[in-house]
Amino acid sequence: MLPDSKVPEGPIEDRWDDHKFKMKLVNPANKRKFKVIVVGTGLAGASAAATMGELGYEVEAFTFHDTPRRAHSISAQGGINGAKNYQNDGDSIYRLFYDTVKGGDFRSREANVHRLAQVSVDIIDQCAAQGVPFAREYAGVLSNRSFGGAQVSRTFYARGQTGQQLLLGAYQAMMRQVKTGKVKLHTRMEMLDVVIKDGHAVGIVCRNLTTGEISSHSAHAVVLATGGYGNVFYLSTNAMSCNVTAAWRAHRRGAYFANPSFTQIHPTCIPASDEFQSKLTLMSESLRNDGRIWVPRNRDETRRAQDIPESDRNYFLEEKYPAFGNLVPRDVASRNAKTVVDAGFGVGPLKNGVYLDFADAIARSGRETIEAKYGNLFEMYERITGEDPYSVPMRIYPASHYTMGGLWVDYNLMTTIPGLYATGEANFSDHGANRLGASALMQGLADGYFVLPYTIGDYLADKLNTDPVDTGDDAFTQAEADVRDRIKAFLEIKGTKSPDYFHRELGKLVWDHIGMARNKNGLEKAIGEIRALREEFHNDVRVLGTAETLNQSLEKAGRIADFFELAELMAHDALDRQESCGAHFREEHVLDDGEAKRDDVNFQNVSAWEWHDHDTRQSKHVEQLEFEYVIPSTRSYK
Amino acid sequence: MATPTTSRPAGPQKIKTRGRELPFPLNLYQTAVGKKWVMAVTGIVLIGFVLGHMFGNLKLYIGPVQENGVWHYDLDVYAEFLRELLVPLFPRTWFLWLIRFGLIGAFVLHIHAGYSLTALNNKANRAYTSKRDWQAANFASRSTRYTGTIVLAYLIFHLADLTWGLLSSNWVRGEVQANVVDSLGRPIVAATYMIATIALSIHLFHGTRSLFQTLGLANPRFSKVPQTLAFGIAAIVLVGNLSFPLAVLTGVVDADDPRVVPVSENAAES
Amino acid sequence: MSETLNLKLRIWRQPGPDAPGAFTEYDAPGIPTDASFLEMLDMVNERLIDKNEVPIEFPHDCREGICGTCGVMVNGQAHGHEKNTAVCQLHMRKFNDGDMIEIEPWRAAAFPVIRDLVVDRSALDRVIEAGGYIGVSTGNAPDANEILIPQEVAETSMDAAACIGCGACVAACPNSAGQLFTAAKLWHLNSLPQGQAERFRRTEAMVETMEEFFGSCTNHGECTEACPKGISQDFIAYMNRDYIKSKVYNRKLAGQKN
Repeated sequence: MLPDSKVPEGPIEDRWDDHKFKMKLVNPANKRKFKVIVVGTGLAGASAAATMGELGYEVEAFTFHDTPRRAHSISAQGGINGAKNYQNDGDSIYRLFYDTVKGGDFRSREANVHRLAQVSVDIIDQCAAQGVPFAREYAGVLSNRSFGGAQVSRTFYARGQTGQQLLLGAYQAMMRQVKTGKVKLHTRMEMLDVVIKDGHAVGIVCRNLTTGEISSHSAHAVVLATGGYGNVFYLSTNAMSCNVTAAWRAHRRGAYFANPSFTQIHPTCIPASDEFQSKLTLMSESLRNDGRIWVPRNRDETRRAQDIPESDRNYFLEEKYPAFGNLVPRDVASRNAKTVVDAGFGVGPLKNGVYLDFADAIARSGRETIEAKYGNLFEMYERITGEDPYSVPMRIYPASHYTMGGLWVDYNLMTTIPGLYATGEANFSDHGANRLGASALMQGLADGYFVLPYTIGDYLADKLNTDPVDTGDDAFTQAEADVRDRIKAFLEIKGTKSPDYFHRELGKLVWDHIGMARNKNGLEKAIGEIRALREEFHNDVRVLGTAETLNQSLEKAGRIADFFELAELMAHDALDRQESCGAHFREEHVLDDGEAKRDDVNFQNVSAWEWHDHDTRQSKHVEQLEFEYVIPSTRSYK
Repeated sequence: MATPTTSRPAGPQKIKTRGRELPFPLNLYQTAVGKKWVMAVTGIVLIGFVLGHMFGNLKLYIGPVQENGVWHYDLDVYAEFLRELLVPLFPRTWFLWLIRFGLIGAFVLHIHAGYSLTALNNKANRAYTSKRDWQAANFASRSTRYTGTIVLAYLIFHLADLTWGLLSSNWVRGEVQANVVDSLGRPIVAATYMIATIALSIHLFHGTRSLFQTLGLANPRFSKVPQTLAFGIAAIVLVGNLSFPLAVLTGVVDADDPRVVPVSENAAES
Repeated sequence: MSETLNLKLRIWRQPGPDAPGAFTEYDAPGIPTDASFLEMLDMVNERLIDKNEVPIEFPHDCREGICGTCGVMVNGQAHGHEKNTAVCQLHMRKFNDGDMIEIEPWRAAAFPVIRDLVVDRSALDRVIEAGGYIGVSTGNAPDANEILIPQEVAETSMDAAACIGCGACVAACPNSAGQLFTAAKLWHLNSLPQGQAERFRRTEAMVETMEEFFGSCTNHGECTEACPKGISQDFIAYMNRDYIKSKVYNRKLAGQKN
């Protein structure tokens, strides 16, 4: 049974305030009696650790990086939404709420999204006060831009490095608490298990990545802020070490995993150039404001792009969606690019991209204007591909970017395991089936600065005057033993293929069958192949070196093992969800014109999966979604 | 297993422990940034001295001048002037000694700060096994501590030679022009002098450029100034100081004018 | 298809923090010119695993030049010879067939080697911890537009804030000085109106913590050349100025009882 989602009743504008009032409070003098573990120190983790430290809780923060500032939040380029209406263009909390629910294709909770829109305003204030150098107008007021097709300018940004600056703000706030001793920082520590006692989360087991030491840490509550699982695709815009292990270990200990098949594919990435490619690089979506997307009409085109006459070019987005043209939402742009490439019209040496052409824009507004707007992106493109995008059209292709799915959490961000919380990309809560641009940073910080630090008190209040479970307890020793066995097992397989080989092969399966467009046959095939590959992995992976030193192959092996299990669940979830919504596109469920066909009668819900064991399929629980304010409608961009 | 309170790596060993802070301004000298600041300020004093010293020495070229019907070398007159500075406010040579003490103080601080910063840097640094490919560091910046050592060694030699007269039996207190011509007339001394001058110019080039940075005077509005000034000062010192031994060796400057009588028959203590 | 290069590599191998290290030579034939430097190392590692040899540990993560995890000495230059580029963004087309590439970990007393090319840069965190923040607890903030910041100030602050904390400045410095890193953080915060209250306290604390681990500046300028974000040395000058001021300011407070 799925626990109560604790969504408050009443008018949507008052729900969060009412809820805050009704929650139990921990008296300021008592806060120091509570210990909270935060795993992950990206936007969601660092902001939560900092804020809880400020409030007086004893916080232990864990990161597997060498310093908290490496978290992948740092790579976000575009910006962060905030319903400030500084531009006087009619923005409001309600509009941001409305846009986010609609953008998520009606698969998110209204109350959560409204709360997100509400605190978006406070986030901007907090970050500005922390010294985040947001872009400014000459008069010194904050600058905004419109982002990702939004019809108002509500995105705040710091050049193309907004994620970096926000993360540094949260990191610095946390380091201030490290200095005061309220936050104890553990670096190069990878969480490998959650410890459960009497149904409650009581601590974690970690591996010290430099010494290999396995240690247990106990607390009154555990927060997972461990990011998304986009690396299940192998090639993604995520950092190399992004993984699902923390969330997956929690899932295996009883936390439900929600909507795993909702994975966002970003349309403007640089296509892979060869087998050796280790990751894909994202380029800001803003490029689509001026670039025109096209492919040659002829499959066997051999001419250089600039020599192909207009009559032989297919501007497929402009033709199909005259109203939005190249600015259709991410999922639509991505899917259409895939369609033309799959049909054999791809460009580039591997025929795996589409052109993003700035020739018209340069002719219209001059090279200087384009350079001022996109200079750094063009430079980055040239650095990576060796081609000059001022004279040759860019080549782009979609890539896995963000995962809307994650651990199921209630309105308080607590998972189905009492005392275990999930924040940021690690939870499923706010983006539904599709995330809008500039909303990921907003959600991570909302959870960390303004939601979790309040809601966690509701759980902790009942634990007053209890000590954290001793790490000598059986629950901990058992979990430690499990972790050791698992590590030992990888080293003892002594197979013939590297962990990366398996990751690459898994990624291909996931991309081909659980990627931008899915169908029953493909998904069923994928499940079988993933199982076979997983079997092979556990029999034939070669992990060299020892467990007592830094050993990146060993780390990878553990993460890939969890990706295998996740990938299978993704396929099951995608198979079960017999509709097309947001980023989830089932080829069987389309309207007459080929666009996505949502099924609100049967699938206006969240699927939350419960783990049993390897051989039993996870069982599905359903949380029905109610829409009282934003009435479901069909997205149309024609 | 017991819960460690923190598993942050202990981190690298500290190369320096902070002692109790001394009262201002002594606390400046307790930190590297403060020491650099001391180096820069004393550096300015010493650059002033080097320039002043060189300008004074240009009087070598003036040769003999007539004063109240008596011929003296202008350089000797200038030397006497220095001894007479601020007389009668101060007794003779007192003010000169004040300046000298100031200079000695500047030298000592400059050298000590340089030495202790080098020691600190050696502690902080770990050498690369592969060859470094320097991008911005130039010969001047990388050789500062060596050119400084050369200048110091030469300074001692220079004092022994021309101030204390320990190296030549021809040395006469107060007869500056004669002493200089005698000393620089020997090719080995002239060569030493020239090497030291080159080292000094290189040292000043980096020092002048660097002190803007250390004193926090860097400013994009005059970003070229430090470099230009450094080049100018180094060039002036180089050209001016190199000219003296060359002039003596080629006979442009001499000290055998028969008309000249020493400034003071009973040369006062210098 | 991209062209390929045949390279010779000399890579520093060191099994652990206290074990002695040495260069090992590897042949790396058939490296595609479109690969990034780290992808080249990936390929070398895959081949090592095939031969049952322990792969080379090297620091890397985002591979977009923003996380600051990567960084090795390539032929005597931090992050390699390409200006304003982290080694993850350096591509093999910048090398020639037959090149010998020497790869060494960052060297500094503050950056002890953990294994192979991976070093411990936690000293940089200590510097931030000492004062690299604006002490506004969550909820304290006034409306964002109540703090007006001239565009030029926001820009210069951002120039400094662009630091990715990779440690190349320390690695490139002949004195292993941490000045560019520290100065960049100081200028990011000290140049903003929000940062004024703690300006001198912050400067003093960060500089003095920095000096516990790092060497001092001799104004070579190697740091800026090595910096993947091209952060200006001017910030070091501003730090020096603020540091001296901080000492003077504190004297004014000396008469007050603590």
